Amino acid sequence: MELTQTSASDLAAKLAGREVSSREVVDAHLDRIAATDGVVAEGDVWSARPAADEGGDDIRAYLAVTATSARQQADEVDARRVAGEELGPLAGVPLALKDVLTMRGAPTTCGSRMLEGWDPPYDATVTAALREAGVVVLGKTNMDEFAMGSSTENSAFGDTRNPWDLDRVPGGSSGGSAAAVAGGLAPLAIGTDTGGSIRQPAALCGVVGAKPTYGTVSRYGLVAFASSLDQAGPFARDVADAAALQALIQGHDPRDSTSVPREAPDLQATLRDGVQGMRIGVVRELQGEGYEPGVEAVFAQALDRLASMGAEIVEVSLPHAPYGLPAYYLIAPSEASSNLARFDGVRYGLRVDAPTAEEMNAATRAAGFGPEVKRRIMIGTHALSSGYFDAYYLQASKVRTLIARDFADAYGQVDALVSPTSPTVAFGLGDKADDPLAMYLNDVATVPASLAGTPAMSVPAGLAPAPDAPDRQLPVGLQIMAPLSRDDVMYRVAWAFEQETGFVPSPTGPRALAATTQEVAR
Amino acid sequence: MSESLLPDGWELVVGLEVHVELQTNTKMWCGCSTEFGDEPNTNVCPVCTGQPGALPVANEQAIEDATLLGLSLNGGVAEVCRFHRKNYFYPDLAKNYQISQYDVPLIHDGYLDVDVPSGAGRGSEEGEGGSVETRRVRIERLHMEEDTGKSLHVGDTGRLHGADRSLIDYNRCGIPLLEVVSRPDIHDPETAQAYLRELQGIVRATGVSDARMEEGSIRCDANVSVRRHGEELGTRTEIKNLNSVRSLGRAVRYEARRQVEVLEDGGTIRMETRHWDESKGVTETLRVKESVTDYRYFPDPDLVEVVSSPAKVEAIRSRVPELPAAARTRLREQGVPAEQAAAVVGSGSLPTFDAALAAGADPVAAGNWLAGDVAGQLTAAELDLEDSGFTGDHLAELLGLIDDGTLSTKLAKQVLAGVIQARGAKGPTEVADEQGLKQVSDEGELRTIVDQVVADNEGTVADIRGGNDKAIGALVGQVMKATKGQADPRKTNELLREAIEN
Repeated sequence: MELTQTSASDLAAKLAGREVSSREVVDAHLDRIAATDGVVAEGDVWSARPAADEGGDDIRAYLAVTATSARQQADEVDARRVAGEELGPLAGVPLALKDVLTMRGAPTTCGSRMLEGWDPPYDATVTAALREAGVVVLGKTNMDEFAMGSSTENSAFGDTRNPWDLDRVPGGSSGGSAAAVAGGLAPLAIGTDTGGSIRQPAALCGVVGAKPTYGTVSRYGLVAFASSLDQAGPFARDVADAAALQALIQGHDPRDSTSVPREAPDLQATLRDGVQGMRIGVVRELQGEGYEPGVEAVFAQALDRLASMGAEIVEVSLPHAPYGLPAYYLIAPSEASSNLARFDGVRYGLRVDAPTAEEMNAATRAAGFGPEVKRRIMIGTHALSSGYFDAYYLQASKVRTLIARDFADAYGQVDALVSPTSPTVAFGLGDKADDPLAMYLNDVATVPASLAGTPAMSVPAGLAPAPDAPDRQLPVGLQIMAPLSRDDVMYRVAWAFEQETGFVPSPTGPRALAATTQEVAR
Repeated sequence: MSESLLPDGWELVVGLEVHVELQTNTKMWCGCSTEFGDEPNTNVCPVCTGQPGALPVANEQAIEDATLLGLSLNGGVAEVCRFHRKNYFYPDLAKNYQISQYDVPLIHDGYLDVDVPSGAGRGSEEGEGGSVETRRVRIERLHMEEDTGKSLHVGDTGRLHGADRSLIDYNRCGIPLLEVVSRPDIHDPETAQAYLRELQGIVRATGVSDARMEEGSIRCDANVSVRRHGEELGTRTEIKNLNSVRSLGRAVRYEARRQVEVLEDGGTIRMETRHWDESKGVTETLRVKESVTDYRYFPDPDLVEVVSSPAKVEAIRSRVPELPAAARTRLREQGVPAEQAAAVVGSGSLPTFDAALAAGADPVAAGNWLAGDVAGQLTAAELDLEDSGFTGDHLAELLGLIDDGTLSTKLAKQVLAGVIQARGAKGPTEVADEQGLKQVSDEGELRTIVDQVVADNEGTVADIRGGNDKAIGALVGQVMKATKGQADPRKTNELLREAIEN
């Protein structure tokens, strides 16, 4: 099997058995990136081709490819292995890092002109943990600007395409990371999820993506969109790989006050225990109107499978879940309006000169931020303004508390909850770009768990026809949710489900993975 | 002040906002040093320069220090409080929001009792017999926040307006600040000054800051308004750039009179921030607050709640030191005159005083020296007591040398100067020995000199015998000259009279 189609755990086994070197694995991925991702493969750090050059059949998952440092790091891991050093479980395995996490040695742009060319002076805690574990970072992936969006079309550096169909979006905001994993450009990736930014692109790209319990993975070095919601998590092609990656990056960080001050759950111990005897709740409010029939059909099939594996399926209600989306679209922009205030042209990033500091701030922000970021800053600024605070921010915070209570009540009855991850399959590039409300509806099923801080992930559940092209089969994700700090339960359900579906995500895009679509019944 | 501050019928209303820089080793949200005066932008890191992705972690020591000061100001401690973001754009505010507190401050409802001359602020009958009265100024709240960086405006006046360009030093950015907000309970400049002075003393006693106005480790803004007696509060102005206790008094006086003049001329007071110009002695408009600035406060999602359990609060309360008012009372009870007691406590000399007493010094003498010559010589040498090397043991030793007649007061002052000059590396005895400063009180030795002086000055002696008693001073002078000032003056007098009468 080609190295770029091998799972992380299989690669790790080959590396441990010295069947292959990390350098060979990294080179294979760099070759594939150079061939299919639309980068200028020159210099130490390869950059994405300018947005004006887009078109063609490139995936455009990466904004920057740290080719030289990746090769060096691979060589180091290989040398340590040859020297007989004890290495971590994923040492030498390559990974793609969302461009919202800082890493020394490459720019961190957050998909924004505002930070174009900014070389961060420090590593995010996640980045440091990956380095420490010997995981090789191949590069930084494209994203909606400052993680605001559900299609990756809001990137200032052009869009990323879905490897299943290059005319469609990969989802967002972690679209670059999802597309990299789906497209064989990295076996693993890190994304961040504020209202669904890992889970929704995972669903649309047919890969596994998990948002851990809020506070499980450090936010230090994650450029904040909405601090009370942001959480980094793994992308992988199977559940075991995702669990292994989360295990590497989770844990208390004294640099992040909101980091959970307890040991993170052991994700491996019960991973393969199955769902026999578990009670799994179907969320009444997260289905029906707005969900594509194809998505609903795959979801129904998923429930049958879980039942056939011995899980008891019960319907539960999260009565306040329908208010999740409006609450989310007040809280997240409110925090963003403050978090993004630091981009003022004074210390780093873009500066547009003007006679006074105030005019310079305004000119810089006018030029540096894209329309969606400006929209959210304005919404958030308004929601926090005196006279509106109580009606908007405060009210939304109350809804948030109610939703968290709904989840707590539900978990009094069931071990885990399930829903479709996204109401739709991947939509066409540009289809929703001019309709913010339609775009926001992508998050309808994912924001409740974000507001509650509970863990949630998406696993591939099957294929459904695109409504606009019925002969085009596209991936559908199953969202699996679990109680606070019970990420282990979430992975356990996901692993069992994955075994039962036997779904091997193999995109069919022209220059994506060569293999044909496979849906292997067990 | 002999004349009344304001015309009859007018009342001054002042509230003070005092910012205290807490002198923790590290900043409020990161591990950077808080050292004052380092090279610009050397005590900085991703957190305090607001780099993307950096996160704050609250400094526990700062919270404890703030609690200690709050308890020392008789305040209550919130069991649970949190940090809010105060959003506004300014280049020296790295994140363009200041982490502060909003609806629930760490400390609420304290007060400070201050001594002012009796009748201060009540017109011309003030200062009745030099007595003092105690006034209570309520404190609304103490809340924690972070300091900003410092802008340096290059060119023209050094102020923002007209500057060619601005440089920013972020060393100060993120240093923990405690804002102490008084209620508008102050009605005269003397009370305002006494409040600030007393607060400074309490801050120093608790050790949370050196409270140096000139270095900005304590800063004071005054909210000033006037009203006719019995009327609603008038529109206030906020006075900034008060660099000393004296400026506070001057600025409040100026501003009160200005406001009354404006109002009596039929004008209105604008809500504005005014800048105190020390050299011109006036306040000038800095910026007009056309509307209330909307800071869009909301809870900082990067930080968790601050929980102060009763046990924790009591543990901190047990660390509240002897405060200035109690220290002054104690010194007075030990016989130190009130003014000197205030000087010793106010100058931060109390530890030296206590050490001297522990080493056997007499409290009255110790108080007298610390408030007098020690303070005077240090001021002349531009030194702080703690930097001077002069200790309580030195003081006790010096007083001992006076007591046993080794040194006259005059010689003791010279010895003190010597000890200070050596920065305490040499003690009083050593300095006296080295410089040969020792009072001549040996009768035999002194009598020989006296006899010689009497023999050499027959005319003067005759004068004295003739009734001009004052002329003896000249002879004392001669003896002093002959002994290089080391003769015991009392003994010299005694022996001279003896010799003249014989």
